[in-house]
Amino acid sequence: MNAMTTGSDAFLARYDGLGGRLPGRDGYVAGLRARAAEAFRVAGLPHRRLEAWRYTDLSAVAQAGFTEALTLVEEAPALPPARAPHRAVFVDGRFAANLSRMPEGFRAVSLAGALDAAEGVLGSAPEQGLALVALNTMLFEDGLWLDLPEGTDGGTMELLSVATHTDRPIAFHPRHIIRLGRGSTLTLIETATGPNGAAYLHNPVYEIAVAEGATLSHVRLQREGRKAFQLSTVLASVQAGGTYDNFTLNAGGRLVRNEIHTALLGPKAACHMNGAQLAADGQHADTTTFLDHAAPDCASRQTYKTVLAGKSRGVFQGKILVRQAAQRTDGYQMNQALLLSEEAEIDAKPQLEIYADDVKCSHGATVGALDESQLFYLRSRGIPAEEARAMLVQAFLTEAVEGVTDPLAQDALAEAVEGWWEKEAA
Amino acid sequence: MPAVAETIETVQSVTESGYKWGFETDIEMEFAPKGLNEDIVRFISAKKNEPAWLLEWRLKAFALWQKMEEPDWAAVSYPKIDYQDAYYYAAPKTKAGPKSLDEVDPELLKTYAKLGIPLKEQAILAGVEGAGETPAEAFPAGGRMPVAVDAVFDSVSVATTFKKTLEAQGIIFCSISEAVQTHPELVREYLGSVVPQADNYFAALNSAVFTDGSFVYIPKGVRCPMELSTYFRINAKSTGQFERTLIIADAGSQVSYLEGCTAPMRDENQLHAAVVELVAMDDATIKYSTVQNWYPGDENGVGGIYNFVTKRGACRGARSKISWTQVETGSAITWKYPSCILQGDDSVGEFYSVAITNNRQQADTGTKMFHIGRNTRSTIVSKGISAGRGQNTYRGLVKISPKATGARNFTQCDSLLIGDQCGAHTVPYIENRCLSAKVEHEATTSRIAEDQLFYCRQRGLNEEEAVGLIVNGFCREVLKELPMEFAVEAQKLLAISLEGSVG
Amino acid sequence: MLKIEGLKAEIEGKEILKGIDLEVPMGEVHAIMGPNGSGKSTLSYVLSGREGYEITGGSVTFDGVDLLAMEPEERASAGVFLAFQYPVELPGVGNANFLRTALNAQRRARGESELDAMQFLKMARARLKELQMSDEMLKRNVNVGFSGGEKKRNEVLQMALLAPKLAILDETDSGLDIDALKIVSDGVNALRGPGFSSLVITHYQRLLNHIVPDRVHVLMGGRIVRSGGKELALELEAEGYGTIAA
Repeated sequence: MNAMTTGSDAFLARYDGLGGRLPGRDGYVAGLRARAAEAFRVAGLPHRRLEAWRYTDLSAVAQAGFTEALTLVEEAPALPPARAPHRAVFVDGRFAANLSRMPEGFRAVSLAGALDAAEGVLGSAPEQGLALVALNTMLFEDGLWLDLPEGTDGGTMELLSVATHTDRPIAFHPRHIIRLGRGSTLTLIETATGPNGAAYLHNPVYEIAVAEGATLSHVRLQREGRKAFQLSTVLASVQAGGTYDNFTLNAGGRLVRNEIHTALLGPKAACHMNGAQLAADGQHADTTTFLDHAAPDCASRQTYKTVLAGKSRGVFQGKILVRQAAQRTDGYQMNQALLLSEEAEIDAKPQLEIYADDVKCSHGATVGALDESQLFYLRSRGIPAEEARAMLVQAFLTEAVEGVTDPLAQDALAEAVEGWWEKEAA
Repeated sequence: MPAVAETIETVQSVTESGYKWGFETDIEMEFAPKGLNEDIVRFISAKKNEPAWLLEWRLKAFALWQKMEEPDWAAVSYPKIDYQDAYYYAAPKTKAGPKSLDEVDPELLKTYAKLGIPLKEQAILAGVEGAGETPAEAFPAGGRMPVAVDAVFDSVSVATTFKKTLEAQGIIFCSISEAVQTHPELVREYLGSVVPQADNYFAALNSAVFTDGSFVYIPKGVRCPMELSTYFRINAKSTGQFERTLIIADAGSQVSYLEGCTAPMRDENQLHAAVVELVAMDDATIKYSTVQNWYPGDENGVGGIYNFVTKRGACRGARSKISWTQVETGSAITWKYPSCILQGDDSVGEFYSVAITNNRQQADTGTKMFHIGRNTRSTIVSKGISAGRGQNTYRGLVKISPKATGARNFTQCDSLLIGDQCGAHTVPYIENRCLSAKVEHEATTSRIAEDQLFYCRQRGLNEEEAVGLIVNGFCREVLKELPMEFAVEAQKLLAISLEGSVG
Repeated sequence: MLKIEGLKAEIEGKEILKGIDLEVPMGEVHAIMGPNGSGKSTLSYVLSGREGYEITGGSVTFDGVDLLAMEPEERASAGVFLAFQYPVELPGVGNANFLRTALNAQRRARGESELDAMQFLKMARARLKELQMSDEMLKRNVNVGFSGGEKKRNEVLQMALLAPKLAILDETDSGLDIDALKIVSDGVNALRGPGFSSLVITHYQRLLNHIVPDRVHVLMGGRIVRSGGKELALELEAEGYGTIAA
């Protein structure tokens, strides 16, 4: 209890102390921050007595005593090779213009430098009373703002987040705003990395608005350093005929929560949310999804796979809400966990909450170890045990990974999965 | 029990509502003063002439309850209960406690006859009851299997049938008040051993004020020759019913137990907070079936029973098995999670459930399966049907400890919605810490397909009949787990519960 | 060649193989026949190294090397192939990927160069053609959604590609119609030669009309109770296992 209070106090102290040094001190942003601070002061950091957090304990975050990076590193960090023609690079949560190549033809800017224009846009996604979103609003320093006008083909771009500080635990709370106008399309491939030796907190919030007939494909590869905390919240809304696809890989970090709230607001909106969680010794990976079917004739598909090695813990919580107006909803969710170790633990809580009668909704969950007969079959054909295990783990992930269709994203994903297997599990 | 089904046809409803069991019995009652305090607990204990240890046990439970908070996590809503505004003891007045059915108030017997409970009729009148009877006589060739009944009226057990037949095999089947007197060692050993006093708010309340219930002990190696049954009836106004049932199946024994319940129609809410504890030793099997038909309240949600029940079985022995089957059609609010603690290696837990909510009914029900022993297996099949403005939630937990190697669970939860004003919810929790365990969970939500309805109607069924037929089909996997005659009753109940839900 | 001496094995404390002696010289095809429960499948699993069987006595050598000391994949690379009675489904694993991975793992183990995707595909297509199978076979997930016959054909395809020295066919004929039976036996017969031997385990004589064995052994109660030429199979078919036991 004390630790948790201390945790929120520490963040509030940063807010009180930084006051005017945060961007947007003179305008509407200050008001947003003040309201968020008040909400955060009341709620505190989430704790396990809250139903939504019963399986994920943030007391380590509360105790870490994070501070802001404040100074920009002089030296450019080593970046993974560029995959797409355009990339936005954030170092310790701040936009690094010199490392970025921004697309032209639509607004693609650092949020910190465009706050005045973002009035009415920033904070327009419903915060749903989420304490971590309030924390983000209170302390965000920067973020990516993409705004695609009607009919724009935004192609593929990368969003890169790199943590650099190793001398003290830093926290950064980037706020990304991604808005797609009618009929526009974009593929966004995001990679988050950081040094393995440093404890840091990456608490991004995404405000995503997909207009009528637009399609956003959002691929997130979370490969944070092994002592890092990443608590991310996606707040997405999709209008009639629009599509939001989210694929999230959780492969790094010490404690990671990937929380996605998607609301289907117009008829025939669609959403595909897939993900893979790979956790090895000492890692905690949590995916929590909330799908709000608020309009008729929408479809949602979710497939999440968790692979647990060593002393690790995996969490999946997924709720599908079908409101009374959302007749003819087609909702499907599957979550499966594969345990590779005697010390691993999986907690799963799929959930349906349905208020419309003409619906087709289902969810499934399975938990199990590698199938011995499959393993033997592969080995009887001459495939060594380790390779056979890797093949079966890959096969296990297939269904979730298939959702990623962009070739650049596929490569990045394959590389991340292989990297995890070789480093952590094999 | 079969006669219960007959009552559906024979007993005409006394009001406009579809609830056929809403009559009230006018008999002389004895009440404890309204309200709840230590004195009431002492009063109940004294009334039952209980030993000191049991009074202590009750008082401890009461002290714990006072410090606890009413749970609010279930998806049900109801106005705050005033625990001081109810009677905690109501009993039919008798001179000295009935020695035989002849001494029981004839009004009471009439009530049970109305309900179709074969306390006195059927097998007893047929002369199969009597000293020296053998199990062979208890199963007349081609005849219907007799059912031994313990009838609980408001707070006390009024009659138990077939006791002698059962005693011949060493089976103890009596009210728990009687067991406290006649088999205190068994009651003391097992009471609260599965559901401790502090388990939850309602279990603590029950532990403090429980008034009666059934007690069953099946000795080693004995297969109980007939179905055992308890019939619960809340009759008096402003009373809570807090019965406590304890069933112990010793090594290698088998028993099938049935439970039925009804209550008069009243425009007030009445609390029913029961506790059921089951203990199965090595190779023992307990099958526990419930058809819950408490008064559900009227179509506007006025009145009805709050059914807040804790049911839990412990598979203590290797290869033991506990199987829960429930058909929940009544009550304004149902809050119950019949569970299994699978301690013994190779033990088996099962939960088969049908829950219907119509009008303003709310049900939050499911099960918990705790896998502790090796190679333990559990199966969960839940069918939820929501109609009218009903809200129906399946809530379940499958928890597998690191030592439960080879554990298996399969869960299937299906929800059916009838109309667009109701809700169906599914909240399963899976917590696994064992590498070799295998868990599978599936849940679906759908409505009755137009083509199914049309097909039935084209063959001449009206819409309600068609819905009844389809709903019965939807529930088939669960209904087939019920003892046959109970299943017939349950099927009819399903149809009645859904009256007015279509069109 | 395969040499089994006094092989005893048990599963969960129950002895299934009670002392088996058997030699399969290189180049020969031997049939093992026996009623249900005689230990036929156990023998095939013990030879290929499946877990769960405890070897309580005897020895098995293959080309003079102790087979029982080897991991399943080492046995495969040494040239022992088991055609499963119930081929295992591998959802998410493409057949082509599976076959190439297996082939290359075996080549690697034998110090041979690995095949690239094109080389492999060429080779796989050639085998498919020989076996009159469609290329579609490669695109599907291993055995997933295959009919019983398709699964057995897939086993034969794998055998043709992996070119083992010893093929153990565990009731490969069960559940096959006559056309599939012919494809399977043609596949085995095509491999016959001085460098290939086979242990054909079957309940029925039918398969042996197509794959004519050099020797026939009768396995009953965990022991070889009789051995003879191919005519022994016909005798069994005519008189049943009962007379053998007598």
